Amino acid sequence: MSIDLKTANVEPIRRTFDHLVDKLGPDKNPTRYQEAVWGLQPKVNFHYRPTWDPAYDLYDPGRTAVVMEDFDDLVDPRQYYYGTWTIQRGKQQHSQERNFDFVENRDLLTGFDSALKEKIKALVVPLRHVAWAANTNNCYIAAYGFGAPVTSACSMQSMDQLGIAQYITRIGLVIDDYDPAGLDTAKTAWLSDQKWQPMRALAEESMVTKDWFELFLLQNFLIDGTVHPLVFNRFDREVIGDGGAAFSMLTEFMVDWYAESTRWVDAVLKRAAAESDANKRLLDGWVAAWMPRVQGALHPLADFAFNGQGAEVIDGLVDELMARAGKTGLSV
Amino acid sequence: MADKVFIALQNNAEAQPVIEAIVEDNPQAVVNETPGMVKIDCPGRLVIKRETVEAKAGREFDLQEIQINLISLGGNVDEDDDEFVLMWNV
Repeated sequence: MSIDLKTANVEPIRRTFDHLVDKLGPDKNPTRYQEAVWGLQPKVNFHYRPTWDPAYDLYDPGRTAVVMEDFDDLVDPRQYYYGTWTIQRGKQQHSQERNFDFVENRDLLTGFDSALKEKIKALVVPLRHVAWAANTNNCYIAAYGFGAPVTSACSMQSMDQLGIAQYITRIGLVIDDYDPAGLDTAKTAWLSDQKWQPMRALAEESMVTKDWFELFLLQNFLIDGTVHPLVFNRFDREVIGDGGAAFSMLTEFMVDWYAESTRWVDAVLKRAAAESDANKRLLDGWVAAWMPRVQGALHPLADFAFNGQGAEVIDGLVDELMARAGKTGLSV
Repeated sequence: MADKVFIALQNNAEAQPVIEAIVEDNPQAVVNETPGMVKIDCPGRLVIKRETVEAKAGREFDLQEIQINLISLGGNVDEDDDEFVLMWNV
């Protein structure tokens, strides 16, 4: 006897929410990420304009000069929403904790020679203030930006920067055997040491930049795109050369994070530039306007890190950044 | 029979980027969706490329991860770090 198995195929009535069908077409399966971010931005029924800024609606696409047909197009290639992001950061936190334990248990950092220690304390520890500025700036974008893909990613970026500031703080503590005086010294350096003043001026100016997309480009592309490779790549190599490989273990998160966040930053810029020539001109103009300022802020730091040879290092960093800009379609 | 290879994956969110990558890299692939399973037939040769899956999933992807959602396949497997290829060695 043979049994004939019949299968009944039940077509689902709908695959996803209607606003996703509008964007994707009827027979596409959306990703969790798309379901999490698209259509989340409130766009209508605001009733009153905010008393603190009556020129705009509560959420207003006009708070940046960049014009997008749909701000939901500025998607994150990492596809981070709360779940994926926390899982990824949880893993990284776990391995970073182990690195700290390893270095602390063996007294690897306290054993550095004092010249190297002083150099790390003078160049790396004050960076916690730079990271805090990045945290605040990304908070600003999350608050005043438009379109959940970019604002949600910026609020994660903001927390990432807070994490980086905390790791830097821990490096400052571990290197001094948990004497917090080193942090005060770093703050004094940030406030009054000559080599930090151009960077502090830049950080403060970025905090009062009103156009959120301009701020995105300035903070996440220009400032992060030069400060991170300068300190956690070039200077890191220098430290390793001087026998300080243990320092690298404590900056592993920053290196991984930077490689990952550049993918997102580049993708957002690329999409915005591809939208229209007007956008592209705007972005080009912002890069041209801010780049000299960023370079100027890096110079004294790079000179300090590389004993007067900073100019060469900065040229290399700027070349790399401009190559990235070229790939995103900017003509700089 | 011997001119067609197939791969059957569970129809879930994790397999979605793999399915999309297969469709993109194999223009001749035919996708049969059922409620629990997606069976993809392809004449000759079917390739899953790590790079494409990574772009769809937005993260690093080890091709061995497909085993988690793999139901069945037909064809000889040629697998390395970058590609998972199905074809009949005749």
